[in-house]
Amino acid sequence: MLCEQCHERDAVLNLTRIVANAVTQVHLCEKCAAEQGIETTVSMPKHPLGDFLDAVQQQALQHPGDAAVCSQCGTSLKDFRASGRLGCAHCYRAFEHSLRDLLRRVHGNAQHVGRRYQVPHPEILERDASIGALRARLQEAIEREEFETAASLRDQIRTLEHAAH
Amino acid sequence: MTLDLSLLPDGGVPWLAASGEHADIVLSSRIRFARNVAGYAFTARARDGERLRVLAQVRDAVPRVPSLAGAALLRLDEMTVTERQLLHERHLVSRELAALEGAPEARSGSAVLVSNDAGVMVNEEDHLRLQVFRSGFDVAGACQAAIKLDRELGAEVPYAFHQEFGFLTSCPTNTGTGMRASVLIHLPGLVLTQEISKVLQGLQQMGLTYRGLYGEGSEVIGNFFQISNQTTMGRSEEELAEHLARVVRRVIEQETEARRVLLRDAGYIIEDKLWRAYGTLRHARSLPADEAMNLLSGVRLAVGLQLLSGLSVYTLNKLLIFSQSAHLSLEAGRTLTESEANLARARHVRQALASEAGLADR
Repeated sequence: MLCEQCHERDAVLNLTRIVANAVTQVHLCEKCAAEQGIETTVSMPKHPLGDFLDAVQQQALQHPGDAAVCSQCGTSLKDFRASGRLGCAHCYRAFEHSLRDLLRRVHGNAQHVGRRYQVPHPEILERDASIGALRARLQEAIEREEFETAASLRDQIRTLEHAAH
Repeated sequence: MTLDLSLLPDGGVPWLAASGEHADIVLSSRIRFARNVAGYAFTARARDGERLRVLAQVRDAVPRVPSLAGAALLRLDEMTVTERQLLHERHLVSRELAALEGAPEARSGSAVLVSNDAGVMVNEEDHLRLQVFRSGFDVAGACQAAIKLDRELGAEVPYAFHQEFGFLTSCPTNTGTGMRASVLIHLPGLVLTQEISKVLQGLQQMGLTYRGLYGEGSEVIGNFFQISNQTTMGRSEEELAEHLARVVRRVIEQETEARRVLLRDAGYIIEDKLWRAYGTLRHARSLPADEAMNLLSGVRLAVGLQLLSGLSVYTLNKLLIFSQSAHLSLEAGRTLTESEANLARARHVRQALASEAGLADR
């Protein structure tokens, strides 16, 4: 249905008007509705982190470099904004600048001052991290339909996973 | 029903014993640490296989973790919804891990390890949620035990840790220490004197927050509040615990004062109300969950005020947990409808109170 005002754009808003007990239906596009002073912006889903995530998004817009996608798990800042959840530990590096700011706003401080921690077996960690990286490359190879590369990557992942058990 | 509750040391709820300090006001003190295992995507992003490997890694580590000696491993992904709900009613797993909303089944790899007063939820929002409960008001004791558990498990299972940001969690509101220190506290005096909103506002100014009996997203019912720290970064674990303990100590004083004022200014009204609550619990034939909770709150206050003797806080604590729907269904051996549960609840409460009073239930 076209907008009844401009007859150009799609009507996205159905307005019920009651004037002197007469009910009329008006269908408007977003622009014409805005010109009539009708608020059409859909508010953000209610979320405890809403304001902060909004700020993150604003910042990402100002710094397009921050709008990156995490190379390990594929979570984007947009995903994070929608769910309030990060996808993996590497997201903290991928979105480091935005997160530092967010953490400061949430906690009043972005520096951990509690217990320090030493990973018990760094070699296990390195191996698992490389499995993660290989998986990401495997996914890309499949998307690009490079099946030979994909097969080789799959074998490498299997070898590493086998070593893990 | 396959859930074998006899596997659980003390039913997984030794904190019901009401043995700690201020046990008539503070039911339990709890510390939890959110941790993720390095090398895997966080739970929601992880594939089934990854979650199962996280579970296997933790399970294999248990024999080398003294804090988890004798721990039972319960697989939520192999349980019925009633069984999962029962574990939630005992505060052993969160609503999210028990998959009580939305999803019909628990995520693959969802499990909980339960030892004496320590537990580990596996594949919750974070891979690991370590928790330690203590009876009564003992935040410092719970904190010490939780740090010990965390040290032991962290030496066996590699955690995701960042030099600047600390322990990395799925939600940035937990990043840093990943610690939530909380007390489950009963504040009928402050509610009846209408001082409660002032107190709750004060908590927020002190960087603390409150929730209902079952934590995040749960309603405040029966005047039970869960008070916890709001932020997890910029302070050490001990500082967070001490801060909570300091503020809660003040809230306990305010509650005690409110009870004193109630007795002084409205003694017989309060006494009458509380005896009526006891009378209803002793004789009702059908008890909806909310009503039971509110009446138990009244009787708990009566015991605290020493108006009612011969009834232990331990019994009241047990009733609070064991008279809930999933417990009644498990006891009956089948899933009860709401009205059946109301009948079963009334019977359960009557019997418990009668045996405490040395009477036969009629």
